Amino acid sequence: MSTLNEFLNMGGYGAFVWPSYGVSALILICLIVLSIRHLRKIERELKPLETDRKSRRRRKVPTGDTVQ
Amino acid sequence: MTRKRRRLYIVLSGMAVLAVAASLVLMSFEDSLVFFRSPSDLVEKPVPVGRNFRLGGLVEEGSVVKDGVEISFRVTDLVESVSVRYRGLVPDLFREGQGVVTEGQLTEDGTFVASSVLAKHDENYMPPEVAESLKAAGQWQPEDKK
Amino acid sequence: MAVDLHKFANPARFLRITSAIFPWAAIVTVLLLAVGLYLALFASPEDYQQGATVRIMFVHVPAAWMAMSIYVMMAISSATGLIWKHPVADLSAKAAAPIGACFTFLALVTGSLWGQPMWGTFWVWDARLTSMLILFFLYLGYMAIWGSFDDQSKAGKAAAILVLIGAINVPIIKFSVDWWNTLHQPASVATMDGPKIHSSILTPLLVMGLAYTSLFLTIFIIRVKAEILGRRLRILRLAHVED
Repeated sequence: MSTLNEFLNMGGYGAFVWPSYGVSALILICLIVLSIRHLRKIERELKPLETDRKSRRRRKVPTGDTVQ
Repeated sequence: MTRKRRRLYIVLSGMAVLAVAASLVLMSFEDSLVFFRSPSDLVEKPVPVGRNFRLGGLVEEGSVVKDGVEISFRVTDLVESVSVRYRGLVPDLFREGQGVVTEGQLTEDGTFVASSVLAKHDENYMPPEVAESLKAAGQWQPEDKK
Repeated sequence: MAVDLHKFANPARFLRITSAIFPWAAIVTVLLLAVGLYLALFASPEDYQQGATVRIMFVHVPAAWMAMSIYVMMAISSATGLIWKHPVADLSAKAAAPIGACFTFLALVTGSLWGQPMWGTFWVWDARLTSMLILFFLYLGYMAIWGSFDDQSKAGKAAAILVLIGAINVPIIKFSVDWWNTLHQPASVATMDGPKIHSSILTPLLVMGLAYTSLFLTIFIIRVKAEILGRRLRILRLAHVED
């Protein structure tokens, strides 16, 4: 237990060392979560449009359509 | 192709002009960009008594005298040195032989009365044992900087 | 070189390549972070002067490295976008900007948390700290430009010009500690006479540096994919309306 306290105390500088690691973890985790959420949202919105476009294409151009 | 070439030249010449302009600006603001003056700078370009400025250098070995909350020491750049007086707490890194930046003003007798004292760290990082063995081997050169 | 650039310039191929790299980048990031944090918090000695506050450096210095190298990467891809009109170039810079802003913010905050106990102050207006703060504002300005234009290609152009103008700040940050007296210490790792950090402290620093680099790559892949799909979404919506 005392070694844990010593570790958390960081030679008296715990009040500066731990917030440094804390804020780094917080900001970077938020960045990852927000980036993934943003991507998911776009993928969700894109899906109906893509299928819609494909089905309409099939009606218009029956064969040989490989153009992006 | 020629349009790409042209855009390339526009970007490159824009960057070149910008670099020249920036360096001219920085050179003309040299004095205000410098965070502190060294004791030698003071000999070269004296600062009038009573004007506020920052004085930086190393805390001279053996010069620190503590008297209650008042502390006095000499700031040196190994060529010139200035005595400093300060009332208040000094940062943890403040020690003899280490860098320091003080803010305050000169008095008539040439002493610098500081209103704040900041410690300046150098670029060397090592564990205490390594520092000890360097000292023991006589290879210790903490003042070996420009 | 030209051929390679053109390969990357095709958004579909760019996405395929980055998706292939993604799982590896994520795994490497987790491993490097685990090793790096273990070395930084447990297996490294305290500094002879700074004591345990030296551990702040392991998250401070890599963040500052990333802040600057992401900006350089954005400047290069913005120039590529302006000159050669590569479709992915502007989007890459746009995707990288928020990551760079986060790292810059972290470098500033962790630096201040080190400065308070060691220097005796959270903040001073010396050349290094001030130029780093300007870098943060450049990132914010860049993101604001993208947000304030409806026409995305115009936004890309304006933002690219801002990045290139601001690029002048990068060498100023790097050399501020050599050109002027600063409170911030001079360079310790990238110096002419080699690192001035003992290997027991340098190793965790470099591992954390690699971890942050691969973390950047991981987040960048997610964000650039969102940007490319986002542009596709806008195009399809436009086509939808016109039909």
